[in-house]
Amino acid sequence: MTELHLMTVAELSASLRSGAISSVELTRAFLARIERHQRELNAFITVSPDRALAEATRADERLRAGRGGALTGIPIAHKDIFCTRDEKTTCGSRMLANFISPYDATVVQRLREAGVVCLGKTNMDEFAMGSSNETSWFGPVRNPWDTARVPGGSSGGSAAAVAARLAPAATGTDTGGSIRQPAALCGLTGIKPTYGRVSRYGMIAFASSLDQAGVFALSAEDAALLLSAMAGFDERDSTSVELPVPDYVAELAQPLKGLKIGVLREFFQGLEAPIEELIRTALDALHAQGAVLKEVSLPHLPLSVPTYYVVAPAECSSNLARFDGVRYGYRCEKPRDLADLYQRSRGEGFGAEVKRRIMIGTYVLSAGYYDAYYLKAQQVRALIAADFERAFHEVDVVIGPTTPTTAFALGAKTQDPVTMYLNDIYTIGANLAGLPALSVPCGFAGELPVGLQIVGPHFAEGRLLNVAHQYQRESDWHLRVPRGFG
Amino acid sequence: MAWDSVIGLEIHAQLSTRSKIFSGSATTYGAAPNAQANLVDLAYPGVLPVLNAEAVRMAVKFGLAINARVARRSVFARKNYFYPDLPKGYQISQYELPIVSGGAVDIVLEDGVVRRIGITRAHLEEDAGKSLHEGLAGLTAVDLNRAGTPLIEIVSEPHLYSAREAVAYLKKIHTLVRYLGICDGNMQEGSFRCDANVSVKPRGSEKLGTRAEIKNVNSFRYVERAINYEIARQIELIEGGGKVVQETRLYDPDRGETRSMRTKEEANDYRYFPDPDLLPLEIDQPYIDAVAATLPELPDQKAQRLMSEYSLSPYDAGVLTTSMELADYFEVVVRDLGGQPKLAANTVMGELSGLLNRDGVDISQSRISPGSLARLLARVVDNTISGKIAKDVLEAMWDEGREADAIIEARGLKQITDESAIEAAIDRALAANPAQLADYRAGKEKLFGFFIGQVMKATGGKANPARLNELLKKKLGG
Amino acid sequence: MSITREQLESIARLARLSLSADEAPQYAEGLSRVLALVEQLQGVDTRSVIPMAHPLPGQRARLRTDEVKETDQHELYQRNAPQVEAGLYLVPRVIE
Repeated sequence: MTELHLMTVAELSASLRSGAISSVELTRAFLARIERHQRELNAFITVSPDRALAEATRADERLRAGRGGALTGIPIAHKDIFCTRDEKTTCGSRMLANFISPYDATVVQRLREAGVVCLGKTNMDEFAMGSSNETSWFGPVRNPWDTARVPGGSSGGSAAAVAARLAPAATGTDTGGSIRQPAALCGLTGIKPTYGRVSRYGMIAFASSLDQAGVFALSAEDAALLLSAMAGFDERDSTSVELPVPDYVAELAQPLKGLKIGVLREFFQGLEAPIEELIRTALDALHAQGAVLKEVSLPHLPLSVPTYYVVAPAECSSNLARFDGVRYGYRCEKPRDLADLYQRSRGEGFGAEVKRRIMIGTYVLSAGYYDAYYLKAQQVRALIAADFERAFHEVDVVIGPTTPTTAFALGAKTQDPVTMYLNDIYTIGANLAGLPALSVPCGFAGELPVGLQIVGPHFAEGRLLNVAHQYQRESDWHLRVPRGFG
Repeated sequence: MAWDSVIGLEIHAQLSTRSKIFSGSATTYGAAPNAQANLVDLAYPGVLPVLNAEAVRMAVKFGLAINARVARRSVFARKNYFYPDLPKGYQISQYELPIVSGGAVDIVLEDGVVRRIGITRAHLEEDAGKSLHEGLAGLTAVDLNRAGTPLIEIVSEPHLYSAREAVAYLKKIHTLVRYLGICDGNMQEGSFRCDANVSVKPRGSEKLGTRAEIKNVNSFRYVERAINYEIARQIELIEGGGKVVQETRLYDPDRGETRSMRTKEEANDYRYFPDPDLLPLEIDQPYIDAVAATLPELPDQKAQRLMSEYSLSPYDAGVLTTSMELADYFEVVVRDLGGQPKLAANTVMGELSGLLNRDGVDISQSRISPGSLARLLARVVDNTISGKIAKDVLEAMWDEGREADAIIEARGLKQITDESAIEAAIDRALAANPAQLADYRAGKEKLFGFFIGQVMKATGGKANPARLNELLKKKLGG
Repeated sequence: MSITREQLESIARLARLSLSADEAPQYAEGLSRVLALVEQLQGVDTRSVIPMAHPLPGQRARLRTDEVKETDQHELYQRNAPQVEAGLYLVPRVIE
């Protein structure tokens, strides 16, 4: 039998339900791996062995009673941006380093109800702002494929954890690519659903009109299992959509014949040759399965990065105003007066990237600049969304690279914020337009994983997972394990 | 130099919903500190707002009552600033697209002149919590029970030209929101608050002067005083060569003056932008029609009807319709009395209101029911007692909780109408005061009243005034 | 698009972020770079384009029934509070 940590969620689920393994055994195995590799990777901020084992025990009882569902007893990790009751939720920040949430995020609650076991909370870029997991108060996360390199961000901890097989799946959030980009850099399947598909209640807000919760997994099938449990209307989130959740697993098997794939001209501009080659090979493979390739153009897409870096900071500058040292969170020592309380609690509690984005956001919303920056950006956003909409009249999905490069070295891009921002050049568009998108591994360039991005129209998660699944039936990139973690 | 003053009022009325505008917390006044502040109200990380349907309905009701435009599409915006009683660091309000715009109310001034006061807009927003500064050395305490209570902010056009007009407008809106049942209007508890923007300009000048904002004045009387003080202050300042600064001021009722608030650091740049957590509010015609169908008879309509149905003066109709309960009370009295609206109006507005005020009680808690009052007034109409005696009976009814007839009986207050009895009393009075009688015959006609008084005294006030008058005239006439 | 020292200080004040003299130049530099990136938007023709505040088209506000659903849980919620007394949150004195 395959080693436990190399099994997919689907395989583990079958074994748990057949009684071949127990959740406690499985949980112990992953906890041991986490401990073994924590110093090396720093993927976790909090590990909860006691709670996890208690949950596993309960899961085993349900399994034995024949009341187990697809996810009962499956250990997973949660990105430390999801509030977990009675457990620390830090958001990778000093500001919340000791914050114990009194409530569970809807995502956490739903997955718990589906029977998962929570191993712990994963490391992340502070307040989800970053593309390399180097801004965390708790130190950087390292890529299991090459520990001198970044795993991507902001959900770097979840990506590293799953890639290193410390958990078979982990939740993440994606505002500009924070699931897809780390998934690409770590050789995983990572999906960001349509905006409004998964509840944002309890997910600490960065940019409210862009944030979405999603998942990292070893396969599209696993992602489908997890997304099924996470998705659905939540009355506590006004932007949550009241549409029924389709059976994502059932849709996986649909053949690709006749699928119209848009190959995005703008995606291939300036792309490094090895990556371009892998993408084209993947497209050929899909074509061989019966898909039809068609070139499409989204002329405003190259404006996604500047658009995003107006909208996201603007929203975050407002969302992070609640962190003021009054009701929870970090408070500076001996505040002289109220102004000092605010300024130093926030100045000391937040890291540099967060402060930078708050300041950009404050600036672009301020009197005299609102029209030129914020309003303008929202208009360009509308143009980008319209481009996608037009494309989706002609094609079913748009495919291209997830990232412009493979994993870069720690410290390589921290000098100039803009250099870091350009990592999201292919992913941001989907967030601006609220579209579902995922990344699947499609090969290696210089021994480092490369990701293939699939973007679809609103609520086409099932289709995206279907395409990814069919691709994975005829490739094995997603089964590769980094050296030392097998 | 003659000066004109221009005033605009911003009224914040708390909507009397059961729960808050964006959370399911209770809105009742006076709870223990932070007992009614949930995770959303406390702005915990990860929480989100969900809009209260009743708050929307109440705002639409208000818009219809002032003949305003109800927006088919309105947007919630974030007003960003830092203050301890503002947990999110922003207030959810409405900015470019408010739910209500335009509209007007009519105010009647003392001389009977009617002025139409335009309303620029009314929008929905959430209230902040309370900061308490007293009693804690070097600290401020924050209670967030109030944070998230729904407010409607009503902004008038700068159409008010005196403190009196401003108060008349304020009272009109106060009456209106109570009629609509959307706000209890309790100024002491802070459910109805007013900020006044005041400026002055040379008479006849078109250009408006710089305005100062007087914040949070919590009684009609203080509003009038504060505005008058501010107008005088500005005039004095300008005449002395100074310039009015655009600033926020507080009214100090003890000193009777307005004071500049220490400016909150930067002049506030609120950086308004549409709240991404809330989708645009869309209202269609069927919804508006359904709300319109629930509108009660509004104050102006009711006043018009009272004037035409009961021939009341505009003044009387205005006073009676200050509250729906008062007007309803009046109408029940007239119905039970089978007429006599003027008598009913005078009693309700006069003696009864006096008792309500004395005991600090609202008409809805009157210790005398309209039926009982009607029965008392019936005794005046049928001459059982005089109007003067009736006032005493009314007070006794209030204090003792008994019906008029019981009190009249018990105290033997029935009016003396018997002519011979009155004549006898007159004869005694004339006989007892020969000097005054001589003076009267000599031409001092005013002494007529003296003799009326003497007879009244002797009869314990029970002589029927009309009869007495008639008979005394006859006797003295010769 | 360069950020001046004054602008930076003004922004930091609005955002209630302490900024030391040493840090200021680096933030000014970083902000200036981002604003240079963002300048690209200026050249785009956006005449009569409706700004997109929400990513999904045609969505409208959902309304909640007016009912009280909460109980007093202030003790639980105040466990995270840096300074509370008698149920009240405490901050340095605010002068009005």
